[in-house]
Amino acid sequence: MTAVVDAPSGASPETAPEVGAVPTFDVTLRIRRYNPEVAGDEAYWEEFTVTAHGTDRVLDAMHKIKWELDGSLTFRRSCAHGICGSDAMRINGRNRLACKALLKDLNPDKPITIEPIKGLPVEKDLVVDMEPFFASYREIMPFLITSGNEPSKERLQSAEQRERYDDTTKCILCAACTSSCPVFWTDGQYFGPAAIVNAHRFIFDSRDEGGTQRLEILNDKEGVWRCRTTFNCTEACPRGIEVTKAIQEVKRAMITRAF
Amino acid sequence: MAQTVTPSALEAPRSPRSPRSRRSTRTNYELYGWVFMRASGALLLVLIFGHLFMNLWVGEGINAIDFAFVGGKWSSPLWQTWDLLMLWLAMIHGTNGVRTIINDYAERDATRIVLKSALYLAFVVTVVLGTLVIFTFDPCPPNAPAELLASFCTA
Repeated sequence: MTAVVDAPSGASPETAPEVGAVPTFDVTLRIRRYNPEVAGDEAYWEEFTVTAHGTDRVLDAMHKIKWELDGSLTFRRSCAHGICGSDAMRINGRNRLACKALLKDLNPDKPITIEPIKGLPVEKDLVVDMEPFFASYREIMPFLITSGNEPSKERLQSAEQRERYDDTTKCILCAACTSSCPVFWTDGQYFGPAAIVNAHRFIFDSRDEGGTQRLEILNDKEGVWRCRTTFNCTEACPRGIEVTKAIQEVKRAMITRAF
Repeated sequence: MAQTVTPSALEAPRSPRSPRSRRSTRTNYELYGWVFMRASGALLLVLIFGHLFMNLWVGEGINAIDFAFVGGKWSSPLWQTWDLLMLWLAMIHGTNGVRTIINDYAERDATRIVLKSALYLAFVVTVVLGTLVIFTFDPCPPNAPAELLASFCTA
C-alpha cells in the first residue's frame, strides 16, 4: 500500500509536497538492551532516534539503528516479510512482528518501546532462547502419523475436511502467542498456545491417525487444562489465528473422548 | 544520539527458572476437574439463588430469620440435603479454583506447597464442621425459652 499525504490546506503550491511523496519523521525507539559479556548481567533501556519514512516498519527503523548507529544491537530477522516468524518482539507492550508493525500505526510522537518476548530466557538484546518453546512443539509430534501401506498417490481429502483445520495451518512458530500467555510466564511448564495450535492442525486432519496420542499428550496437567482463556494469544497472533478457539476445540475433543 | 537509561530496579533478564520437568502427569484428573467446575457452577447457581429466595424473599423475608427459622429448615431432609449439597459443591468448586490460581501465580515450589496446604486445611475444617452441624443440629435444645424455638418444639 502506498501512503498518500494530502497537501496541508493552507500551503502555497510551491511548498506543497510532491504528489505521492512519502513523508518522513523522526522516531525514537526505546530498546531493552542486554549483553552479559560487555554490560554485565543487568538489562537497561537505550533510546535511539532515527529518521523514518511514513511507509517504514519497526524493522526498518531497527535496521537503520543497526546499520548506521550501533552495530551491536542484536535481533533476529530473516525474511522480513512476516512469514519466517523470526522477529517477534514486544513492541509498546504488545507482541508483534517487527516486520509487520508500521511505525505510523504506533504513534511515532512518543518513544516506541521494544523488548524481547517474555517468558523465555534472553540471550542478548532481543534474542531469546527459543529452545523451551520448540521442546513443547516437538512433544506434540508435529508430523503426519498414519498406518498401513503408503498410498501410491495423494492422500485425498475433501474441501470441507481441509477447511476443518485450515486456521491452525497458518502458524509460523514466531512464539508471539506462547510468550504473551500469563500461564506460560509463571513457570514455563505449560505447553503454551503454539504447541496446542500445531497439535490441533493434526488432530483435526482427516488423514492423520495420531489424534488419540496427541490428545493424550495434551491431557497432561501442564496441557490444555491450564488455559485460562485470557485471549492474549489470539490477540498476539500476527497471522490472525483464533488460538483460544483452537485450544477450546482440543479441550472439547478430549471431553467427548472421555465421556 | 544514543543515550543510556539505567533504572535501578530492572531485574536481570536471565532470571533463573526451573528446568522443564515433565514427568508423565497424563491422568484425567485435570479433565474431570475442568468438567466439575462447569457442572458445579451451573448447579450452584440454582442452589444459591434458591437458598436466597427461600431465606430473603418468601413470606416475611429477611425479618423471619432467627433460630427458629433455621431450626425449622434443618429439621426437613430437603433443606438438609440442599444445604449439604451447597456446602460441598461450593467448597470443592472454590478450593479447586483457588488451587489453579495458586498454580498459576506461585512460582516457587515451596510457596506453592505452603499455600496449598493452608488451602486444603481450610477446606477440610470448613467441610467437616459444616457437615457435622447440618447432621447433628438440634432444633429444640432443652431449657431454651419456648418463644425462640420452632413451633414444633414441645417442651
